[in-house]
Amino acid sequence: MTEPTTPLMSAESAAPRPAPLVSVSGLAKSFGDHEVLRSIDFEVAPGSVTVLIGPSGSGKTTVLRSLNALDVADAGVVRIGEVEVDFAQRPVTRQQVATLRAQSGMVFQSHHLFPHLTVLANVTAGPVLAPRRDRAEVAEEARELLRLVGLEEKADAYPYQLSGGQQQRVGIARALAIKPKLMLFDEPTSALDPELVGEVLVVMKNLAAQGWTMVVVTHEIRFAQQVADQVLFMDGGVVVERGTPDEVLTRPRTERARQFLHRILDPLD
Amino acid sequence: MNEQTTQLILDSLGPLLRATVTTTIPLTLISFVLGLVLALGVALMRLSSVRVVSSLARIYVSLVRGTPLLLQLFIIYYGLPALGVRFDPFPAAVVAFTLNVGGYAAEVIRSAILSVPKGQWEAASTVGMGYVTTLRRVVLPQAVRTAIPPLSNTLISLVKDTSLASTIQVTELLRVAQEAAAPTYEFFALYGVAAVYYWVVCLVLSFVQARLEERQNRYVST
Repeated sequence: MTEPTTPLMSAESAAPRPAPLVSVSGLAKSFGDHEVLRSIDFEVAPGSVTVLIGPSGSGKTTVLRSLNALDVADAGVVRIGEVEVDFAQRPVTRQQVATLRAQSGMVFQSHHLFPHLTVLANVTAGPVLAPRRDRAEVAEEARELLRLVGLEEKADAYPYQLSGGQQQRVGIARALAIKPKLMLFDEPTSALDPELVGEVLVVMKNLAAQGWTMVVVTHEIRFAQQVADQVLFMDGGVVVERGTPDEVLTRPRTERARQFLHRILDPLD
Repeated sequence: MNEQTTQLILDSLGPLLRATVTTTIPLTLISFVLGLVLALGVALMRLSSVRVVSSLARIYVSLVRGTPLLLQLFIIYYGLPALGVRFDPFPAAVVAFTLNVGGYAAEVIRSAILSVPKGQWEAASTVGMGYVTTLRRVVLPQAVRTAIPPLSNTLISLVKDTSLASTIQVTELLRVAQEAAAPTYEFFALYGVAAVYYWVVCLVLSFVQARLEERQNRYVST
């Protein structure tokens, strides 16, 4: 197998790039004896979309959850904007975790909306905690976000009254409400009925178009092809391939990536 | 039933009602509310990752559940004076019942907290909530729903357990019935009235429980 000479940068992106918003280096994590991540490195440019793909158990969700310390890495450095946490330095304090976590908004696979709160109260739940925030102003911003995800008229509904796709869109609005620097998506459409996947992906695509920096774990290859600036293919706790969607998804260099893509694009074959 | 007995029953209705309203119900409610506060603390201690803290809570629950309530009452009212701690009957009963409820309800609250999915804690923390805020705004409101039926059990048991306070001079419902029955030997009639009063109080509480459960179901599909 021949390696391209400049695997990380294609010709058209050779112009000086802005400093990355996210830098991850040497990220490692084990659950018990199981080594989930071994030395992960990547960067995310501001306003770009990074898609993590790979077989289940490859560590992609753990990478995502390390970016906001829902999973605390054993080693490695995560930097988001000005906030940097070196996980090798123990103990990682509660304050460090909180500060890092405040940098990103998180969308979960099974949305984890607060079932006892209305849609509007779910979206305002984060912002109302900030000291001296005017409640009316917070509510107005929340309604604006609900408009953005197309659910303004559901403001007073409870989560159980919504479809799976609508719940997930509320989850996106709730994450946006804390005004994060970047958005994290953990398989946001994997738990949805097939006909509901589209409405969620459209919202995500719109966010990308508005310039949101996003890191997305997904199996939606077409979404990755259309929206991603960078695709990381993970397997066995390492990044096996990285590059533009075209490089990784259309012309994968490794057998592992080829097999994986083949399996999810032609499952019956 | 002869006329004399009927008259005795009629005469007892007022004093027994008064004992119910002025002693049995306040004793129940005060002990239950204080007991719940204690139980929440104990439940959180049991859930603590600090070994010493959770062990203390575990020992407390074990002692409360492993000894008779009547004995707990006796220790507090008759036993503690030996250590220089002296309570009047009513406060002694409040202390005993509070400690008792604290132990039983702690287990209810602990399991109710554990019934809230871990994802709720995670989601709360990603929108900036700390431990206390998450507990107050996200976890406990959902735990309440799980906890209402078993806590109602605890409360209804407590109503009847307060009759044990008759043994430490608290003039609650059973004691007043005893005192009225003793000189006349009309035990059946007067204890019967007392039983009806306990039952009515418990009926009312069951009704309140049903209303609370209904209210809690407003955010789940049924």
